[in-house]
Amino acid sequence: MAGQHIVASFDEELGQIDRLIRDMGDLAQAMVKAATQSLLDNDVPLAQRVISDDVVMDARQRELDERAIALIAKRQPMAQDLRAVVGAIRMASDLERVGDLAKNISKRVSAVGSGAMQRKLSHSIDTMAQMVGAQLAGVIDNYVGRDPDALVTLRADDENIDVQYTAVFRELLTYMMEDPRNITACTHLLFCAKNLERIGDHATNIAENAYYVMVGRQLPLHRPKLDETSISARPA
Amino acid sequence: MTNNQETDTAAMNMSSGQFIEDQLTADGRRANALKTRVTAKDVNVFYGAKQALFDVSVNVPDKGVIAFIGPSGCGKSTFLRCLNRMNDTIEGCRVEGEIRLDGQDVYDPKIDVVELRARVGMVFQKPNPFPKSIFENVAYGPKIHGLASNKSELEEIVVTSLKKASLFEEVKDRLHEPGTGLSGGQQQRLCIARAIAVSPEVILMDEPCSALDPIATAKIEELIDELRENFTIAIVTHSMQQAARVSQRTAFFHLGVLVEEGPTEQIFTAPSDKRTQDYVTGRFG
Repeated sequence: MAGQHIVASFDEELGQIDRLIRDMGDLAQAMVKAATQSLLDNDVPLAQRVISDDVVMDARQRELDERAIALIAKRQPMAQDLRAVVGAIRMASDLERVGDLAKNISKRVSAVGSGAMQRKLSHSIDTMAQMVGAQLAGVIDNYVGRDPDALVTLRADDENIDVQYTAVFRELLTYMMEDPRNITACTHLLFCAKNLERIGDHATNIAENAYYVMVGRQLPLHRPKLDETSISARPA
Repeated sequence: MTNNQETDTAAMNMSSGQFIEDQLTADGRRANALKTRVTAKDVNVFYGAKQALFDVSVNVPDKGVIAFIGPSGCGKSTFLRCLNRMNDTIEGCRVEGEIRLDGQDVYDPKIDVVELRARVGMVFQKPNPFPKSIFENVAYGPKIHGLASNKSELEEIVVTSLKKASLFEEVKDRLHEPGTGLSGGQQQRLCIARAIAVSPEVILMDEPCSALDPIATAKIEELIDELRENFTIAIVTHSMQQAARVSQRTAFFHLGVLVEEGPTEQIFTAPSDKRTQDYVTGRFG
């Protein structure tokens, strides 16, 4: 960040907010990774840990909100400081939602079940989970590394996640048609896939906010959207 | 133009999209041309051998507020005072370059400075009412400029000006008491009433709120917001928040140079020059 403030404590306060965003970013990444891992391995204790981590995530978001509001009241930040604070509030709420969605995936682990067939079904979301994990990690790394150009590229990459989501949707639909006993597991997995897709959208929001914080301009409104599940759901 | 002709022209316009487009661009150009009230080009100011302003060029838009911000000694007040030739009163002060009010050269030797200052009024940091009654403070300008032909016209000007300055309700029962007996905020609004009594085109304000408490400041800011419907206002302020609140455009001065001028919103959310950024965010420049 350019130059120091004349009032040193202003720098400290901005630093605390930035640290909280990084912490929340790290936690969100870890939660998404653990949630998908718990689903793939049917690891219930790991899923439980994700659920308890969400409490930490919520607490951090509250702390960030309080600090940001106090800073606005006390310092009336301008220019990049104002953008940093407003951007942090927005990014924190996206990260908190990412935590919620990861928790929701974990909650479904026991519902999906532990049989060999269920394990096989779970792997249909493996690729998508990896893509979302990489997307989130990329966005957070480039916020920390202050690389707005990389964020623009990542934002466009959300399209691939949407395509993959459509593929997962179709695959799970096929399993359900093959054998009605798969319906329970596949329905839960569909929700998990939807959650992952939403996590990708939140990563996109974070990329957009991080870009605004750094550059001072909003990215154009157009955002790629290729979720075609509503089309494939249409009766033939 | 008769009604028929008007209809014909309208029909022609309807039939030709390109024509309408051309008209719109022409209208846009005219609107833009009207938008500038004061133009300054390559203004250099010297106090003796010391140069205070370097090649300042800026347009002051009509019916709006432009704020000049910058650290002490950056030249913002000097520039403001160039606009109505207040710097003429300072010995050894020399102004080069061009300043035009409605296209007319302000530094033209033929121009009547007293008349210029009626067109470009000024409000100072410290309220400075004349040691006269409230009524006389406001009536003085219209009297010397012969703006009222009789007593009732003069009274009307005084009342209207006090109303425009949002002071009338507070002083209507004591118009003949001394202006110096008012509170600081009221005195400043009296000075604004005095400035607008001569129907200026431009009002210059040099830190008009720095001697006032937050309530009086809020009243002046509210007043500035109302006045910009009819007047062009240039304000020098040390309060960045005030500049952000009251102005539509902001100019940042640093070491006698106009660093950046643009829409206020942009200057305070995403300034393009690093010096502006450092100043508005309170960083070491």
